[in-house]
Parts: sequence; C-alpha cells; structure tokens
Amino acid sequence: MRYQIWGMILAAALPLVAQPPRGGRGGPPPTPQAMAPIDLTGYWVSVVDEDWRYRMVVPPAGDYMGVPMNAASKKVADAWDPAKDEASGDLCKAFGAPSILRQPEHLHMTWQDDRTLKLETDTGTQTRLFHFGDWKASAGPATLQGDSTAEWEITRGGRGGPAPDPNAPPQGKGSLKVTTTHFKAGYLRKNGVPYSDKAQLTEYYDMIREHNGDLMLVVTIVTTDPEYLREPFIITSHFKKQAAGDGWKPTPCSVRW
Amino acid sequence: MTRNPIILSVALLASLSFPALAEIDLSGSWQSKNHEDALERGAGPNPGDFTGIPFNDSGRAFALMNSQSQLSMPERICAFYSQWHLMVGTFGMKMWNESDPITGKTVAWVIGAWEDRAVMRIWMDGRPHPGKNAPHSQEGFTTGVWDGDVLTATTTHMLTGYLRRNGVMTSDQATMITHFIRHGDLLTVASETVDPVYLTEPYYITRTFVNTTNLMASGGPPCIPGDEGVPVGSVPHYLPGKNPLVDEMTQLYGIPREAAMGGAETADPAFRDKIKDKFKTPPKCQKNCGGPPAGN
Repeated sequence: MRYQIWGMILAAALPLVAQPPRGGRGGPPPTPQAMAPIDLTGYWVSVVDEDWRYRMVVPPAGDYMGVPMNAASKKVADAWDPAKDEASGDLCKAFGAPSILRQPEHLHMTWQDDRTLKLETDTGTQTRLFHFGDWKASAGPATLQGDSTAEWEITRGGRGGPAPDPNAPPQGKGSLKVTTTHFKAGYLRKNGVPYSDKAQLTEYYDMIREHNGDLMLVVTIVTTDPEYLREPFIITSHFKKQAAGDGWKPTPCSVRW
Repeated sequence: MTRNPIILSVALLASLSFPALAEIDLSGSWQSKNHEDALERGAGPNPGDFTGIPFNDSGRAFALMNSQSQLSMPERICAFYSQWHLMVGTFGMKMWNESDPITGKTVAWVIGAWEDRAVMRIWMDGRPHPGKNAPHSQEGFTTGVWDGDVLTATTTHMLTGYLRRNGVMTSDQATMITHFIRHGDLLTVASETVDPVYLTEPYYITRTFVNTTNLMASGGPPCIPGDEGVPVGSVPHYLPGKNPLVDEMTQLYGIPREAAMGGAETADPAFRDKIKDKFKTPPKCQKNCGGPPAGN
C-alpha cells in the first residue's frame, strides 16, 4: 500500500516538474516576453575575427573555402556576376536570413509585441521578426528574411529553487531557438555561393558574460539546403553588447561591398 | 541492504522538484565542422594574415619575425600547440568525465589530446589554480564551473603558443576562458584569450562541433623528433622590416596592408570605411579556393 501511495504522489508531482519554470497560478500563462530567460534586447556589434576576408570585403570569384557545396552549387557560383545582380535590382541576395548575421553590422533587438521579437540590422537595413507561440505564416510569396518561429529553451532547474541571482551570468539560463523557412534564394557569401528557396535555417541565440564584463551574443547558424549543400552549413557568429546605438549606421544592400 | 521506499521516493521527488544544478552530459565524440576559417583551421592561414587579431605593436612585431620553419627545429618539432589549438585547429574532440570512485561525482571533464594538442583536464572539484610562479606546461591548468547548463572553463599556466598558426603568439601569461554550450547534437564552443603581453583586448572565437557515433581517439600518436634540415643553433626568423610575406593578403585578395596587419579596430564593422577606397576585389581566386570534391 505504501508503494502505491508514494507512487501516486510521484505521479502527481511529475507534471509540475515538467512545466515551464515561471508559470502563474490561475492567471493567464506568461507571455514569451515575460518568460525570456535572457534579455536579448538592445544594440549589438559584430566582432569580425573569423572568416574576415569573406565578411569584411567581397572575396574573389571562385573562393568557396569551407562551404559544403555540391556540383550544382558550384555551377551557380561560378556564374556569379555582380553586374547582372545590379541590373536586375537583386542587391540584397547576400543579406537574406541565412547570411545576414555574417555581415559586419550592428543589431538592434526589440520586442515588437509580447510575442514577437524584432531583429534589425544596419548593414543592408534588414528586419527579421521572430514569432513565438502558435503563430502561422500568411500565404504569399517567399521573402528575403522568410518566416521565423521562435521558442525559448529554458534551462531546467528554475522551479522551486532559490531565487535567481540578478548578478548571475546569463550563460546557462536558456537560449532562443529560431527556425526560419519560406525565404527567397540568395547567397551564403557575397561572391555568389548560393542557397536555394528550399533551404531551411535553424539558429540558437546564447548570451555569455566574459570575465571583463563584456556581454556577448553567440549565434549558432545551421543552414540546410537539399539543392545546394552536401551537409548542413554550420557557422557561429558573435556580437558584443553596446550600451547604446553607437555606430548604428543604416546602409543599403550592395553587391560590390 | 534494505531499501526504504519512502525515503527513496522523497529523495526522488526532491531531486525532481529542486534540481540545484543543470549539469548536462558533454561526453562523446564531437566532429569539427570547418565551415568557417576553413583555411586557417585546415592547411593553415596565409602568412601575414592578421586580420581581426586584437594584438598590440609588440604582438604584431613578434608575429612578423616568425618563420614557420621554426617548427622544423629539433628543439621545437614536438612543441605541441597550446590549448587554443582546440579553437583554431582542424580536429574534433573526444570528451568524457572522470568521477570520484566513492561519491560518483564528476571530478573533471576531459578533452582528449590530439596529435598536436595536449589533453585538457577541466577540474570540477573546486581546487584552486596554482600560484603565478608555478611551472607552466603545454597542457596548462584548467578549472571549470557550471553556469546552468553551460560549462565554463578557465585555463592558465600555458606555455607560449600560437593564437593563429602563422606566428601570432600568446604569452605564458595568457588566460583562456571557454564556454561549452550544447544544443542537442551541436556543441558550440565560445572561447576568449586574454593576454596582457600581446593583446589589447580579448580575442573571441566561436566554433560548433557535431556529435558523431564514430569513435574518436582520446589521444594522439607520440611525436618523434627528427632532423628536418634546420642547423643546430639556428632559429629561423625574419628581421624587423624584412618579412617577405607581409603583403601576401594584398596580392591574393586585394586586402590593404593596414587591414592584414590586424589590431582590434580591424574586427569592428566601422573599419570597413577606412579601407573601402583601397580595396579592390581580385577577379578570380588564385589558390586554396575550396569547392565540392570531385563527383559531388
């Protein structure tokens, strides 16, 4: 009998443990903004110390080092012609969702509403919207930044434990996962390495506080593309938090710079 | 031994409701995906490519004196890279935990050695770092703490080593701080090196590894010193102002020398304004161009 009683207690407790860490009792569920385990809002600046020659300048035609391209991809990339893109008005092909966070840039992140996180870039003057909850994309043509759904990955251990230390570092509290589809074909790199409109993008946004107080945003970027990639293209971009919008300088897309 | 089901149940309930820590399992074989900095992590960076390195004048001068032939010196041929090679080398990593045989608690997380990098043993038992005058080694000394489900490791007491494999060096006073962030089968490793001797500010690198069921070795083959033709007593180097490779990046990629020579400002997006009128995209990639393997 004792086994049955304790078994019932355990069974009753398990659903509580599995719930998100900050649920209200009796009231409406907390909004994604209220549930945020990390505060991504504010201004961030790229720290371009990786892939420098592919990001800070336009690499020469045919320089594909590192991208898991297939033969079809190479064929498209070998035909890259910036003049043709300019003539057709396609100036933003290297500023789409899979490549925008590789640009040397500033980010400005804000909550558009309590279920939508907005990411703006000064380079290329792009805007991405990360939709939480059961948001459904409206039908229509694909766009440069596509349709993004977002969810918090909240570190277990928050419920019932000691009150969170406001001075604790942000790392390990949780992450933002963003999944993006339905975007227009574009370039993974400025020199015409393509992704197709069948590509999908998964990103993880993590925050880290370094020993000197710098707050860093680390974005793990995974692009899959059945048409042009042999395997997922996996890169990681990092940004440093800014106290204000110093250096924020919106510039248009460019195919030659 | 008789087990009390009530005590067991209470203990289980407590562990479910009040998890003190969110430690996660990092063990396994992690494949390196060299999709970024592929040349730097593979064959090696171009000579004179110091773009994005936040070094000071001393660090730059030291880098320009470097000759890769130093690695052929009998004294240095087995001088393994520093722990930073985890971030700039081409290899994956085998990771496991070592437990106390009595308590079962993890005493250390270990990243196995590879051919040219020493093992990294991340002590988790709270032991302090040695004093500043304690001997340094290729392995260094590393301690770790869990921040939620992120493991943060701090490495000190390393010998001088490469920050980039073309002569950009760290001093033996450098500290390396590394965060291990797991997202399912992805392990993102974010690391910074702080060096009061050669750097003006921290140097950040982020990489992502992919879990694989292919078993990785936990150590590398032994290094056997050999004669590669460097005369005994000679240290290959370039005298100040005499490095013949200083303009390699300009010749290959059209990148102005002021960018190639690095410094913290070269990692700032605003730096592009300074070189915009000096940069000209070369018409065609000349070497190390990548692309799909034959048949793909």
